[in-house]
Formats: sequence, C-alpha cells, structure tokens
Amino acid sequence: MKALILIAIGSALVNNVVLSQFLGICPFLSVSKNAKTAAGMGGAVIFVIGIASLVTSVIYKFLMVPLGIEYLQTIVFILVIAALVQFVEMFLKKKMPPLYESLGVFLPLITTNCAVLGVALTNVTKSYGILESVVNGLATAFGFFIAIVLMAGIREHIEGNDVPKTFQGTAIVLVTACLMSIAFMGFSGMI
Amino acid sequence: MKENVLLERLKNGLLNENPTFVLMLGMCPTLAVTTSIINGIGMGLSTTVVLVLSNLLISLFRKVIPDGVRIPAFIVIVASLVTVVQFLMQAYLNDLYASLGVYIPLIVVNCIILGRAESYASKNPVLPSIFDGLGMGLGFTFGLSCLGAIREILGAGQLFGIQILPLADRANGVAGFTPITIFIMAPGAFLVLAFLVALMGIVRKKMAAKGKPLKEPSGCMTGDCAGCGFSASCQGKSKDDKGGETA
Repeated sequence: MKALILIAIGSALVNNVVLSQFLGICPFLSVSKNAKTAAGMGGAVIFVIGIASLVTSVIYKFLMVPLGIEYLQTIVFILVIAALVQFVEMFLKKKMPPLYESLGVFLPLITTNCAVLGVALTNVTKSYGILESVVNGLATAFGFFIAIVLMAGIREHIEGNDVPKTFQGTAIVLVTACLMSIAFMGFSGMI
Repeated sequence: MKENVLLERLKNGLLNENPTFVLMLGMCPTLAVTTSIINGIGMGLSTTVVLVLSNLLISLFRKVIPDGVRIPAFIVIVASLVTVVQFLMQAYLNDLYASLGVYIPLIVVNCIILGRAESYASKNPVLPSIFDGLGMGLGFTFGLSCLGAIREILGAGQLFGIQILPLADRANGVAGFTPITIFIMAPGAFLVLAFLVALMGIVRKKMAAKGKPLKEPSGCMTGDCAGCGFSASCQGKSKDDKGGETA
C-alpha cells in the first residue's frame, strides 16, 4: 500500500508528466484556452490512460511475456492504444451518451498523445505489476489534469493582461509553463 | 531537373519548412532531450534514420496500401523501424540510449514522421521522398542541436561536455562563469523555447515585410491539425473553441 501511494505521488506531482517529463505537450499548449475544455481534456486523458495502462500491462504480462515477444512492445502498445481509443469512443457513443458528449471530441486526439504510450512503456521499464501500472497510469493522468487545468486558469487571466507584443500567443504560454515547472520542482524533495 | 528536385527537398527541410523553427513540430522530444548538444544530435539523427527509412518504405508501398487503412499501416511501418533503431542504439550507443531513455520508442508518435508520410511520401516517388525525409530529419537535428547548445552553454558552461566558459570560484576569488543550472532542468526547456518562438515571430514579421512570408507553424502547438499525420484519423476535431459542441 505504501509503495502504491509513493508511486501515485511520484507520478502525479514530483515527476509531473507535462512539466517535468514533457509528454503530452501538444494538448497542454493547444487545448488549454479555457478551464472548461481543459478539464474535459484532462478527464478524457485520465479515462484513456487508466484503461490503456490496464490493458497494455495485462497484454504484456499474459501474452507477450509467455510468448517471449517483449521486444515488440512499442509496436504492440501503439496499435493496442489506437484500437482501444476507437473502441472506447464507439462504446461511449452507444452506451453512455452523456459521458460521450463531454469527452467524445477529445478521444481521437488522445491516440496521438505521447503520454499514453509513454506511460505504457514506463510501466514496462519499471517492471510494475498490473495494479501498480494502473495506479501509475491514473496518477500520471491526474498530474496531466492538474497541469492543464491550472494552465487554462492562468491563460484566462493572461487574456486581460498587457503582454509584450513579441511574446503574445504561444511564447507567453511557454513562459507560464516554465514558471509552473519551477513551482512543481518544489515537490522534488517529497519522496 | 531531377537533381533540382532532390536539392530542393533538402533545402526545404533544412530551411523553408524547418520542423523546429518554422513548423514547430515534434515539440515533446525537442523540449525533453535538449539538455546537451550531444543528446540533441543523437535524438535528431535517430529521428532522421527513422524518417528516411519510413519515407522510403511508405513511398515504395504507396500504391499497395489501401487508402482506408493507410494510417494504421504507416504506424506499423514506423513502429517497426523505431524498434530496429532502438535495438541498434542499445547495442552500439548504449550511453546515448540510456540518456535518451523512453524518448527513443516515443519517436513513433513524433508528428514529423507521420506528417511527412501523410503529406509527402504517400504521394511522391521514392527518391524525392528519401531526400524529403533526409532534409526534414537534418532540419530537426539542426534545431535540436541549436537548443541543446544554448542550454548546455548557459546551464553548465560546456559544449560537447568540454568546459568552454571557465567557472567562477568564489572561495578563491576567481572570476568566471556561474552556471545557470535551471537551463538544463525542465523549466529551462520551456524558457528557451519561449524565447525561440518570440524570436521566430520577429523573423516571420521581417520576412513578411520583405514579401517572402514564412510558412505558418502547423503543429499541435497552434491547435492546428494540418501538420499532424493523425489528422486524417481524428478528423481535425481539436479546435478547442468548438469543444463540447461537436457530437
């Protein structure tokens, strides 16, 4: 239990997926213009990464290790993730329309999100079991959620500020990300 | 005539459509691995190898791959090549492999590769496609090495691991350079890129005034899907102002 909590805190705060590992930068910069959409994107990422880390670790443990094909992990994981996202999208559309309404638009975007593949590969590299993988996945995704929602909140305020002309747009967002990253470095002594 | 096309592809990747400076594609590895110039060059060259080979294969098979399943087919080709490169690096360049870590397998989701497959290699003959991949790859390598050099010099006073700025030694009263360590840590990556984006904004304006406007950035950074190879499979639904409306 203690190990799981340490994994969770480590992945969500200390090694934040966006601010210290630079995975999922694209949605972090492009879908963070307002807090509501950012929260939607964050929710969708938690959902997909949670399922993806479960499925990839089950496939790895019960299919790839017995067959001795661990070296195919990159190919298998990216295909599994792509298929999974399509499947989840169809399932939600059919069975849970309200959830689909709020997450649906973000789902296809997530296939390309390097964070999903990154988490699946990290789980293998650190030889996490299935439960640890899911915890690590959910915590990483929660870290993404925190980062993107905070960023969206800050960006809503930047809108009304007098930003130097050269830095308007992406540049000021990156400066903000830099400051957030410094703030998150403060967690580094926790574990 | 033939050679002109090839040279034009090289120049296009290195300058006109440089993936780092002009198109702003592949930002995850750009931020993550540029802590030193060696890492930047290593990442750039591994991406170049994958890019050249994937352009070669995709262009070869462009008439065989059915249109409906082309994205999954591209992904399989790219993922296989990445796995090969990963093993070669593990065998022969283990130090570099260790410092690049998870970012080597993540070359699979680098949007430059699928972007080139989708927008160039799947429509053009083999030889120009190879040179297109080479140009883009070298352009990316150039971008990564520039960022790596800036961060290594400011963050450690070194270049290629050699101390080029003599360090200060306060205790003995020796004047010199105090490394700004933050530049080789995570926040430094964002800061350097922020200044780069701002600088490119100025260059863009100057070029437009001269009547030679640069191509607009097309990566995910701008929320524009056009540059991304996956845009076909996600129908470009990323525009976030529309979020929640499209069912």
